[in-house]
Parts: sequence; structure tokens; C-alpha cells
Amino acid sequence: MATEHSRTAARLMVSPAVILLFLWMIVPLGMTIYFSFLRYNLLMPGMESWAGFDNYYYFITQPAFKSALVNTLLLVAGVLLITVFGGIALALLLDQPFRGQGIVRVMVIAPFFVMPTVSALVWKNMFMNPVNGIFAHISKSLGFQPFDFLSHAPLASIILIVAWSWLPFATLILLTALQSLDREQMEAAEMDGANWLNRFIYLTLPHLTRSITVVILIQTIFLLSVFAEILVTTNGGPGTASTNLPFLVYAQSLLNFDVGGGSAGGIIAVILANIVAVFLMRMIGKNLES
Amino acid sequence: MGQISLSAVTKSFGDVNVIPPLDLQINDGEFVVFVGPSGCGKSTLLRLIAGLEDISSGKILIDGKDATDAAPAERGLAMVFQSYALYPHMSVRKNIAFPLKMAKLSQAEQDRKVENAARILNLSNYLDRRPGQLSGGQRQRVAIGRAIVREPAAFLFDEPLSNLDAALRVTMRQEISELHQTLKTTMVYVTHDQVEAMTMADKIVVLNAGRIEQVGSPLELYRSPRNLFVAGFIGSPKMNFITGAEAKKHNCDTLGVRPEHVEVQADGPWTGVVGLAEHLGSDTFLKVNVPGVGDLTVRVSGEMNLHHGDQVTLGPQSGKLYRFDANGMAL
Ligand SMILES: Nc1ncnc2c1ncn2[C@@H]1O[C@H](COP(=O)(O)OP(=O)(O)OP(=O)(O)O)[C@@H](O)[C@H]1O
Ligand SMILES: [Mg+2]
Repeated sequence: MATEHSRTAARLMVSPAVILLFLWMIVPLGMTIYFSFLRYNLLMPGMESWAGFDNYYYFITQPAFKSALVNTLLLVAGVLLITVFGGIALALLLDQPFRGQGIVRVMVIAPFFVMPTVSALVWKNMFMNPVNGIFAHISKSLGFQPFDFLSHAPLASIILIVAWSWLPFATLILLTALQSLDREQMEAAEMDGANWLNRFIYLTLPHLTRSITVVILIQTIFLLSVFAEILVTTNGGPGTASTNLPFLVYAQSLLNFDVGGGSAGGIIAVILANIVAVFLMRMIGKNLES
Repeated sequence: MGQISLSAVTKSFGDVNVIPPLDLQINDGEFVVFVGPSGCGKSTLLRLIAGLEDISSGKILIDGKDATDAAPAERGLAMVFQSYALYPHMSVRKNIAFPLKMAKLSQAEQDRKVENAARILNLSNYLDRRPGQLSGGQRQRVAIGRAIVREPAAFLFDEPLSNLDAALRVTMRQEISELHQTLKTTMVYVTHDQVEAMTMADKIVVLNAGRIEQVGSPLELYRSPRNLFVAGFIGSPKMNFITGAEAKKHNCDTLGVRPEHVEVQADGPWTGVVGLAEHLGSDTFLKVNVPGVGDLTVRVSGEMNLHHGDQVTLGPQSGKLYRFDANGMAL
């Protein structure tokens, strides 16, 4: 297999796919970088001119940027926290033998198949709505004032919605890992006098670290670019209370028609994503090595 | 102390009855071996004693105390699993110390006991490795180390040597026997290898489909098997069973004779043709087809030069015939 000849042939065979993928990535990236250095406003088409680093300067110095940056990180951290802890708890529950296990597992996975816009609309109108939502009804029946989630705790509400749709993913991966835990090890620990908590701390958790790492890494990639949930619920508001970087880029380029500034924001978001990725790999990447 | 007694213990999985009512007495300091064919319930019985499975009915006493509903950890027994079941994320030292840590012993006490166990088992140089970096025999020793630091009332072994190669199996077998002599703790050992059973046991329990066929010392079982099953199971190669007219001559339903108890005799009753000759050097095993009797396996001295197709006349050594009735019970 690994002769010089076959290796050359193999390279030749995969090259179209590799080249296509490379172009797929590099063309949009190159255009975005190019636009980010232009004074490019959709209201004044054909007036593009070179702007240097002005777009970057204005994007970063606008007051919304700092809150968007913080919101982005809070959103990622909040959802990760809920999904990792919730996922472990749910996976432990689903790993127990009980009747109707198959159906319950499918039901737990279901939220993952609901589109972000749909799930956000359902949460907004059926659960969190201060007049018609279920939460409002519950608090009214208990004699409390209904709480207007999306105007008083917009970011927390969005974190809740996003966590709800990502919880199944974490649960599924952690459940698979739990099922590969050696039963005899658990029994040996039981005979060694370890109670449930000790077995969890000394056996289950070390066994799960790799899967938890995978969950964190994959989710972080997707959570940095949460957009649909914000667009259909709070529209980034009130003020900029629930604006994250992707939403700020959207607002800049399509609400303010400033494509140059939006592109600069996009590049900043890419840089941020890379910083987060490097940071994460440094912190937990060694868990992936066996 | 390490006295275990089971009375009328049964176990069913759903509606499959794996262990019918069973009584067994294991005395303090004894080395008891459970043998039997695959699927006969050896592991299940051991796990019932360990408390890893709940018994369906009956009673288990450990050192005279009712342990039927006691949790595994409360029974004071240590188990060595077939897969070793070492904790992969911990070093050998931590593995061995785990039961001590769970018992909340002081760090100094833990260290002392771990060092001691490591010395007994020749593991001192490996204490800081992970189980994944050890050979099969070393892992086995770690598993035993983890069991001995607890100073249990009895050790339970479930086919601990079945993952090792033949040479290592012999060494580990001797090490476990020596360990038993040093510690003088009760050991219950499951195997389907009858050489292990014969060489290690003080007392062998032969199981078949969850029932105890016979309990006794290795030589007792060899010399006076209670029934056909035990006669066929103990001894290697297997005992020859002869039925039909030849058995009728001896007033029984089945006549049994061990290969090592058949000799080449000029005036013997059985004359046949050698079908297969296995020359092991010291011994030769012959498969002889005797008309009217069937195939007989015979052990002869390695010097005897017999080959395929040779004609031989055979006879049993006097007093070495076993007779069984229609129900397979010894007469
Ligand atoms: N959890 C279980 N559920 C249902 N049946 C079981 C279970 N565990 C064991 N059995 C059945 O009980 C019988 C005895 O099993 P056991 O594992 O005790 O056999 P064994 O004598 O240890 O065999 P081996 O030598 O192959 O290990 C088998 O027929 C097996 O199918
Ligand atoms: Mg078994």
C-alpha cells in the first residue's frame, strides 16, 4: 500500500477534493478580508474606496463591541455549563435500566432536530411570553407577577433556549461513553467499598473526560456563532443586552448597510474564535490523547 | 476467619432458573475450586457469594453471620475478576491503595500496606505505572494485590488465569497456591481447567447445570467419582465409557476405565487396531478401535513403539474398573 508509486497516486486522487475545499474556504475569507479594508456602504454603491484599518478601528471602538464580546463569551460559557452538567446527569439517568428506555431516549434526542428558529419561536411565544406563555400562567396561578424573560433577562433566556437544543447532543455523546464503561470495574469498586459518589468520582468521571472534552470543543465552535435564536427572540436587545458578535456583524452590515465594517467584525470574530480554540486546546486538548 | 455456608440458595434470571436449591459449606482456610463446563453457573455462584447478584431464595452465612442481604463491601470478601478490572486511570499504587482509601485509612498506613503487598507480589518496580503499561501477568498480580491489602475473610477468583499464556498460567498457578499457604485465607476459585482444579484445590466442587454433582478432595473425586458426569469431567484424557454387552458382563449399564488404567496385556479381553497414536515422549496416547466395545483411549509408556494400524490386545488393571447404573450413578 505505502509504496512511493501508490502514495503519489493517492495524492493525485484526493487533490480535486482538497483543492475544492481549499477554494471553498479561501475565496470567502479573502473577499471578507478585502471588504474589511474598504469604505463600502450599500446605500452608496459604486463609491468604494480604500479605508485602511478604519473599519477595524470603528468596529472595535463602538460601545456595542465590548458588550457583544462579553455576551458572546457568556453565551458560550453558560450553554456549556448547562449542557455539560445537565448532559452528565441525563446520561446517568438514561443509562439506568427502565421500561420504555428506547422511546425515552428518542424523546430526549428530539430537541436536537428542531431548527433553531422554530425552537426559539416556540420558547418565545409559548413559554416565555408574559401574557400567554406557560411560565406566565404558572406564576399567575401561584399569585406572582409574570416575569418577562426576554426583556428582563434576555441573555439568560437565550442561553436557556440554546442550551435546550444542545443538551441532547451532550447527553447522547456522554451516554455512549457511559455505556462503554467496564461493568467489572464498577463491581470491583463496589467490592472495594466505594459508594456511589466515590465510584462516580474515581471511575465514571475519568472515563468520561475524553467525551466531555469532545462535547466542549464541538459545542464551542457552534456556540460562538449563535444567531437565529437572537434574531427571532430579542433582536439583540433591549439595547445591546443580548447582542453577540455574529449579531453585531449582521447589524453592522445589513441594518446599517456598512459592509466594510461588518467584514471587519467578521474577521475579528474569526480571530476571537481562534483565540478561544487555542485556549481550549491548551487547557483540555491533552485529554484527547490516549 | 473465612467460613462461608450456603443453604438452599437459588438464583433465577427472569424465568430461567440458573441455580436450583444448593447447599455448600466452605471451611476457614480452605482452597475451594468450582469446576464445571461453560455456562453451568460457576460465575453466577461466585457472584452470589460476593453479593454482586441478589439470590432468589435461600441463605448465605459468612463466619456464622447472615450475609444474605449484606452489600458486597460489607461481606469482607475480595474478588479478582477474569478481566482483572483494574482502574485504568490510576497508577498501580493507587489501584492497590483504592480499597484502603475507601476505608479511610491514614496515608502512612496505606503506604505501608501497599509496599508490603507489592513486595509479596514482586510489583515494587511497577508501582508508578498505569495498568495499560503492564503485561498480563503483572496486571493479574496487581489485581491480587488490590485484593490482599484488604485482608479479606476470603478471596474469590473468577477464572483469573484464563487470559494468560500456558507458561505464565503455570507460574501464576503456583504463586496463588503459595499465597494461599502464606496467608492461610479461605479462597474460592472458579475455573474450567481441571488441571488447575486438581493441583490447587483442597476441595473441588463439580457443578453441572447449577447443580453440585460432587464435593471432595481432588483424589477423592479421581478415585471414587459419584456419577458418570464427575467421572468424565475429572481426569485427562477423559475416562473411557463402555456400554452394551461388554458392560452387561460386569453387571452394570456403563463401564468406565481411565486411559491410564488400561494396559497392553497378552491375554487381555479387548483386541483392536490402533487408530491414532499421539507420541508425547514420556507417554503415548493410543486411540484403539475394539470391535464390540468401541474406541478406547489408552495411555502407554513412551517407549512402547505402536503406530497406526498395529494390532494390540488390552486389559484393565485389576480393581480399576468403574461401574455405573442406568441413572449414571456409581455402583
Ligand atoms: N445476567 C444474566 N441474565 C440472564 N442469564 C444469565 C445472566 N448471567 C448468566 N446467565 C446465565 O446463567 C448461566 C450460568 O452462567 P455463568 O456465567 O454462571 O456460567 P459459567 O459457569 O461461569 O460459564 P463460563 O465457564 O463460560 O464462564 C448461563 O446459562 C447464562 O446464560
Ligand atoms: Mg464464568
